[in-house]
Amino acid sequence: MMQTYDLQANSLRELNAALHAQANDTNQTSWEIVNPRGSHAVAVGLDAPIEVSVKGSTGYYTAGMNKQATVHVHGSAGPGVAENMMSGTVVIEGDASQYAGATGHGGLLVIKGNASSRCGISMKGINIVVHGNVGHMSAFMAQSGNLVVCGDAGDALGDSIYEARLFVRGSVKSLGADCIEKEMRPEHIEILRDLLNRAGSDAKPEEFKRYGSARQLYNFKVDNAY
Amino acid sequence: MSVKDIKDKTPPRTMPIQSATFSNPINAEIRRAAATGIYDIRGGGAKRRVPHFDDLLFLGASVSRYPLEGYREKCDTKVTLGTRFAKKPIELDIPITIAGMSFGALSGPAKEALGRGASAAGTSTTTGDGGMTPEERGHSSKLVYQYLPSRYGMNPDDLRKADAIEVVVGQGAKPGGGGMLLGQKISDRVAEMRNLPKGIDQRSACRHPDWTGPDDLEIKILELREITAWEKPIYVKVGGTRPYYDTALAVKAGADVVVLDGMQGGTAATQDVFIEHVGLPTLACIRPAVQALQDLGVHREVQLIVSGGIRTGADVAKAMALGADAVAIGTAALIALGDNDPRWESEYQKLGTTSGAYDDWHEGQDPAGITTQDAELQKRLDPIEAGRHLRNYLSVMTLEAQTIARACGHNNLHNLEPEDLCALTMEAAAMARVPLAGTEWYPGKPGF
Repeated sequence: MMQTYDLQANSLRELNAALHAQANDTNQTSWEIVNPRGSHAVAVGLDAPIEVSVKGSTGYYTAGMNKQATVHVHGSAGPGVAENMMSGTVVIEGDASQYAGATGHGGLLVIKGNASSRCGISMKGINIVVHGNVGHMSAFMAQSGNLVVCGDAGDALGDSIYEARLFVRGSVKSLGADCIEKEMRPEHIEILRDLLNRAGSDAKPEEFKRYGSARQLYNFKVDNAY
Repeated sequence: MSVKDIKDKTPPRTMPIQSATFSNPINAEIRRAAATGIYDIRGGGAKRRVPHFDDLLFLGASVSRYPLEGYREKCDTKVTLGTRFAKKPIELDIPITIAGMSFGALSGPAKEALGRGASAAGTSTTTGDGGMTPEERGHSSKLVYQYLPSRYGMNPDDLRKADAIEVVVGQGAKPGGGGMLLGQKISDRVAEMRNLPKGIDQRSACRHPDWTGPDDLEIKILELREITAWEKPIYVKVGGTRPYYDTALAVKAGADVVVLDGMQGGTAATQDVFIEHVGLPTLACIRPAVQALQDLGVHREVQLIVSGGIRTGADVAKAMALGADAVAIGTAALIALGDNDPRWESEYQKLGTTSGAYDDWHEGQDPAGITTQDAELQKRLDPIEAGRHLRNYLSVMTLEAQTIARACGHNNLHNLEPEDLCALTMEAAAMARVPLAGTEWYPGKPGF
């Protein structure tokens, strides 16, 4: 049975406490949040295989540190959506603001619209698929995981990147320090095909270019300082 | 020719004079920079002499103040941190905590020893960049989990296991700067915890990836509280730069506790020029921070932890007299464990240094086995014995602070007050806002 929370009638604390109370074997697996009206910290810290549908747009840190849960926002999301996500799935039907998926360790973040600057900053294993464009400094210091951009990327993509893989279908305004275009090998096509499929995108993997680290900044030396 | 004859025939001449500006250490650094083309990286805090707690004295009791009997009359040392919003504040037996130091910068046994010593003394220890290890959690009865810009090893399970959360904005050794853990210290385990390849130099970001200013920080703290059911005290740690405003903004953002770290506070590694030339001395930080808390009406409701160069019970008492609720120690705790111990002098010599001066902690060759990930060097530190030493040291500091408090007539360390102090120098008087010894005046005092 669907559990419905009205964020104009119930407090954020009540909502998150109810979601946190769900155990791995809960039978209350379907949740709906109405009237979010840009609330911050909606459905944060979840750790159960539940499905949460948010009817409207949210503020900062929606589904932050998510584990296991599927959170679907039928609107746009503010800064830091799915930040530090560990597992599970977060889908944003609209646009996402800055730092989407920041420092995420795992799981899948899908943004059906565009993502603003610093998408995937410091990502640590998360997979992010953006159907539209991403802003400047996306994948800054990205450590691992995959960032897929079906549209264009802004300035300084992948600046100071470590081992994350970046796939961009459109244009890249500029690459950041130590980020280079890399060969798209068959295994990358397969990774991309799977991610696009899971993210509901009909883009063709062959249309993308891959970017990653030149690994020239991995050990500190004077020539890297400026 | 007699000695007298030589003296008579040697013409008077000027003695060789070393420049105070171009001293031997400065010249050596110029030559080192010229040879290598790179700045010096080291661990620790500011080594230069700055106005410090040594420049303050307690007045003690006399006719106008009534002392308590040493060792006999009660002098409470307990402190509760996180009373503003947290459902489960931390209660400590002593107001001396262990500052954040990472597994990675420190060995596993060193972290264990810190946990053992702190727990035995009834106080808290703190994680660092790189996350929480099971050993550290297991040996620390009260563990503060640092939430850092790099978010290395950050995960919500550990967040929920913590007794408090410390949002690190900066630290005294390098306010405005990030960190560096050189590849020599990136073992398999450290690499795995931080999700990075083994052996590469790891940069720790200088600012958080998903918030920028105080308005964002308020929302970040809301998120952390929601994830942890409003149970955990949330600290905000800042380096000493603009302590009045930083403290006020931390309070505005919803902090339960403000941690203020002066320039003598240590780091695992950063540029020497950063350590020595950026930030304020600890002594200069406390009164502005307390002023901010008082102006907002939250002094004692939002607790203030001061760190950076705390070494003795006298330092503890002085920091508390100036308005701190507790202090934190890092470098001193490492020395108590055995860091820079003269017993390893021959090995310090091989590294081109001497005990007491060894600060290349980032290179991972610590003879004392503390700031290293080398499996053999780590064995030199027995975590049980080192933990006992830390417990003893914490106990001595507490007894010293109690001795001073009783002498000033206080039955609680928190009753120490600025009126118990005087300053030995103009600088210290100005920074601590206590009178120059023998006067009623300090620079900037209203009405003079």
